[in-house]
Amino acid sequence: MLLQLLLLAACLSVGLYAAVRLGADRASEATFDAVLGAAAGSLAEEVRVAEGGITVDLPPATFSMLSAMGEERIFYRVDVDGAPVTGYADLPLPEQLPTALAPSFYDANYRDTDVRIAAILRSIRIDGRAAPLLVLLAETRQGQGAIAARLGNRAAVLGLAIFLAAIPFSLYFARSFLSPIDRLAEAVGRRGARDLRPLRHPAPSELQPFVTALNSFIARLRGTLSQTETFLAEAAHHIRTPLTVMRNEAELALRQSGEEETRARLRGLIRAADESARSASQLLDHATVLYRAEQADWAEMDLAKLVRDLVERFRPAAEMRDISVRLEVRGTLPTRADPVLVEAALRNIIDNAVKYSAPDGLVEVMAEAVAGEARVTVMDRGRGLAGVVDQGLKRRFRRGANVSDVPGSGLGLTIVEEAAQAMGGSFAIGPREGGGTCAVFSLPLL
Amino acid sequence: MRFLLVEDNAELAASVAARLKLDGHAVDSAATLDEAEACLGVAGYDLILLDMMLPDGDGRDFLARHRKASRETPVIVMTARSAVTDRIDALDTGADDYVTKPFDFAELEARCRAVLRRRGGGAQTLRTYGDLTFDPLAATLAVGEERRELRSREVRLFELFLNAPERILSKEHLCDRLFSFSEPVSDNAIEVYVGRLRKKLAGSRARIETVRGLGYRLTGG
Repeated sequence: MLLQLLLLAACLSVGLYAAVRLGADRASEATFDAVLGAAAGSLAEEVRVAEGGITVDLPPATFSMLSAMGEERIFYRVDVDGAPVTGYADLPLPEQLPTALAPSFYDANYRDTDVRIAAILRSIRIDGRAAPLLVLLAETRQGQGAIAARLGNRAAVLGLAIFLAAIPFSLYFARSFLSPIDRLAEAVGRRGARDLRPLRHPAPSELQPFVTALNSFIARLRGTLSQTETFLAEAAHHIRTPLTVMRNEAELALRQSGEEETRARLRGLIRAADESARSASQLLDHATVLYRAEQADWAEMDLAKLVRDLVERFRPAAEMRDISVRLEVRGTLPTRADPVLVEAALRNIIDNAVKYSAPDGLVEVMAEAVAGEARVTVMDRGRGLAGVVDQGLKRRFRRGANVSDVPGSGLGLTIVEEAAQAMGGSFAIGPREGGGTCAVFSLPLL
Repeated sequence: MRFLLVEDNAELAASVAARLKLDGHAVDSAATLDEAEACLGVAGYDLILLDMMLPDGDGRDFLARHRKASRETPVIVMTARSAVTDRIDALDTGADDYVTKPFDFAELEARCRAVLRRRGGGAQTLRTYGDLTFDPLAATLAVGEERRELRSREVRLFELFLNAPERILSKEHLCDRLFSFSEPVSDNAIEVYVGRLRKKLAGSRARIETVRGLGYRLTGG
């Protein structure tokens, strides 16, 4: 952009120089020609027919007029009846004779010097008849060249000055023209990986088509994603209803059957139903988290209240396995977040803690404000991470090496990590001192 | 307990009702919101199990009307969509809790109990056996004047015995009822819980007998 502008400025400067140079040449030539023509005219006036031939009185005024233009040399030639009568007989004739009215001008090389010649055709009375009189006046053109060069140099200086002045202007215009684009690019670049809101950045009207195109693209992308979410929700519904009937019937059959082999098969059936239901939930949760993360639909909320409610909802499921959940949360933890994402994240963390705890275990949930963050810590005395690097566990469908006997989709920690990132928070999971796991989920405090 | 089951899928409603009846509960089924309102008009229920998507309206509308009429019956929503938003919606509109289909009946019962406990209902659920007073909601077992706290599995195990006194219950049967199917269970796990329950029964005439090769039996009522 800047380069193009500078190139343009350079072209304009060169063009200006050429135009001034050409104009100066023309103007000086016209001026010199006028003087030369006038001098030739006055010379023609001085041609007299005298005894024994033709005489020319070289008028001093004419030559002082010519010498005023510079240090030039003058040559002349007077022809009568087509034959030279006086002056420099070898001065070149014009290709076409001038008319009687106006002098003609032409360039020629005479005695190794470039000269400008004015030719004037008059008539002169000799012996009672009119004879054609041709007067040529030649002048060297050093003066004109010097003037043209002087003018040209000035033009060059002017052109250079304009070019130099164009640099800061180009810079400024390039900047001011490009800066809205830069700002737009920055606004798009600053967004989170999943932020698909339309651009509301102020842009000059020239950029509006670009912004409109970008926004319509974002809208299409978002539509596709939301269709995916709806599809997943519908799919989950259609899978779950028959799965529920299947599980219920299997449980009923299990209660009524006394044959151990059949009962074992029914247990396997129920386990499979539970596992596929769980996978469906996790996939749907994951899709929801991805979708909500793009929406960035945040509101002020109290993390402490959400944690309290969530733990209350979890207690019955935990108590099924005689696992106690101890909740330690005081006051409020105001934060700005999407409650749906927070719920999905914390539910997965607590679910993991309960799932991997031994019966009679204790899961501790703490919510507190630490260093500008609302921090939720979930600790268990379960089987722990068994040396698995936590980064790996946060990846999709990755599960620990020590959990093959517990059903799971490997999506739980991915969901937590993605939710935390979407809201500018953080998530860390690691071994707890004395055995078990400690998971920390933080969001910026309001 | 007396349940009102609001579910439009007939097959699903039948199997849920059958399963609840097997545990000794009374169940009325309604396939639409209108039917549900009609049932509530003539009978009292301990708990409503509500599906969210019904042919004549949204479960949320029912919940809103239910709360507006300040009817006290707790509602547990059964959701099949399981989207996080649906769960939050359900709770925001006044459901007491939710279960995601397919659900474990033991968990449903645990949730019912938790809801009823939060609602402060209770006294009517007391059950007696011999010199024992059992409060499943408060999870206590009283021998004479002495109240003993029970853990969740002990409550459920004792309930199983109490529902079939003097009958022999096999280890497998008890295991299936006490543990989730997806949890790893060792062979002697049930012995551990029977052992704990026996400690809680100490001092009472009631006792749990081991019937060698067959299982356990509650006796002494």
